[in-house]
Amino acid sequence: MIDVNVNLSRWPFRRLVGDEPDGLVAGLRKRNVTQAWAGTFDGILHQDLSSANERLANDCRRYGPGILVPFGSINPKLPDWQEDLRRCHEEYKMPGIRLHPNYHGYGLKDPVFAELLHLAAARRLVVQLAVCMEDERTQHPLMRVPPVDLAPLPDLIKNQPGLRLVILNSDPWHDLELSQKLTSTGRVYFDISMVEGVGGVARLARQISVQHVLFGSHYPLFYFESALLKVREGGFTDVETRAIFQDNARRLLEV
Amino acid sequence: MLIHSKRATPGASSIVDRRTLLKGFCASLAVASAAPPQNTASDSRRPFRIWDEHCHLASVPGDTPEERMTALVRWADRLGIERLLLSQGYCAELHPTPGQFREENDRVMRAVRRFPDRSFGSVYLSPAYPEFSVQEFNRCVRDGPMVSVGEVEADKRCSVPEMDLIVERAASMQVPILQHTWLKVGGNEPGESTPYDVVALARRHPEVQFVCVHTGGDWERGIRIIRDTKNVSAEIAGSNPTSGFVEMAVRELGAERVIYGSDTGGRSFASQLGKVLGAEIPDSAKELILGGNLRRLLAPVLRAKGYRV
Repeated sequence: MIDVNVNLSRWPFRRLVGDEPDGLVAGLRKRNVTQAWAGTFDGILHQDLSSANERLANDCRRYGPGILVPFGSINPKLPDWQEDLRRCHEEYKMPGIRLHPNYHGYGLKDPVFAELLHLAAARRLVVQLAVCMEDERTQHPLMRVPPVDLAPLPDLIKNQPGLRLVILNSDPWHDLELSQKLTSTGRVYFDISMVEGVGGVARLARQISVQHVLFGSHYPLFYFESALLKVREGGFTDVETRAIFQDNARRLLEV
Repeated sequence: MLIHSKRATPGASSIVDRRTLLKGFCASLAVASAAPPQNTASDSRRPFRIWDEHCHLASVPGDTPEERMTALVRWADRLGIERLLLSQGYCAELHPTPGQFREENDRVMRAVRRFPDRSFGSVYLSPAYPEFSVQEFNRCVRDGPMVSVGEVEADKRCSVPEMDLIVERAASMQVPILQHTWLKVGGNEPGESTPYDVVALARRHPEVQFVCVHTGGDWERGIRIIRDTKNVSAEIAGSNPTSGFVEMAVRELGAERVIYGSDTGGRSFASQLGKVLGAEIPDSAKELILGGNLRRLLAPVLRAKGYRV
């Protein structure tokens, strides 16, 4: 099973079971996860992303060789962010990056976002875009961060032919037409960590194609079992289950 | 505690179907090298008896209550959920009229009639209409098949004095009250209750059992608010499956005061069930949360209605 949405390090607002790298890996192994695409919570608020990404790469290598696949954080509002991108790709051999536009203070219409997509695509990096990290209604009162508005994405993607984009922590039901427009490009995928509604994942798969649905748990901030049980609730065929659990992610990484 | 239906129903066949479906999923998991099923106690592999305390017919496919209930039961089967406690019908209104309350309660009763061994009904009322609410309680609970009050949600905060009339009727039949609560960082809707309101009401009626629905959503505050009011239980439905919720509730309240519900159809059964099955708590606590506590709260009214408890 491939989980495309886990995080290392500490969530700023509470301690979590699995927020030490050895504990995270043990939790993933216990649940038969064979590969996890790992970002770092440090990538949300830290200014020194160079060291955050280096720690992420080291922790993945030290604690989760063969399981943890690091996805470094890039903040295009920081000076010389292009160097962070280069290091993620060339030094740490990461296959992709993770973005938090809302925590980093830019919208998707900002020209720097298009530039970042262009450079990532040129390096053949998978781009993961986290729409949010938690329910906007329950955020810390001094840390209120609205979710990312995805509306500009279809036009941006048209101009980035090599881009592969994974939308994390969104419920595509909120704007199904936009979600369908994005997945119709063949290069945009959604994880299921925040897909809601009874039978929500199966109903979504029918609307956007099961080939664009990825297993992502948002572990350890979310209970891993919630994502796992969504697939069970969906009543998928063996082929569809395999696609969500591993084949779609594997194909995406191999392109 | 075992509760058996007084009616002969297709329940036996649905249990067989559920097992078959779970086996089917195990097979598909094996294909994908995934984790084993999680809805069994780890000590003996016996299944938990799961009762979902918080279900609606809203956002469920189907043109009739019976069709929607059929769909819900199909999804519930895949996760081994035995019973659904339904309320509010299709309602998405923030300010329902008495006529709408009645219509939604009728929809719930139709759904329950279709699956009497898989569901119970809970009457939808509002302190905005206290006299009407008492009549509706009598129609649906005293003289009808329903077994609890709520999810009470509309129009007025539950701490208002008008709620006392409803609570006294509930007390007369020993039925629990399920009260919606939120603590939104941007501010609640006008008339939307918080856990503080539930505590105020519960302290006026210490003989009645209250369920603090959603535990305020912001559960780290909600649990603290209700901690010292022993006739209030925390309910985990309708919020993101954020790690730590169930562990904190068990630590601060005791497993006897924590109740599983999903808030389906707006939420999946799965995302909310995962909060309990993924929690770092003993299986004995999971058994209470997943159904034992709800069965205990409903036992008096179920006995009164002729169920063997």
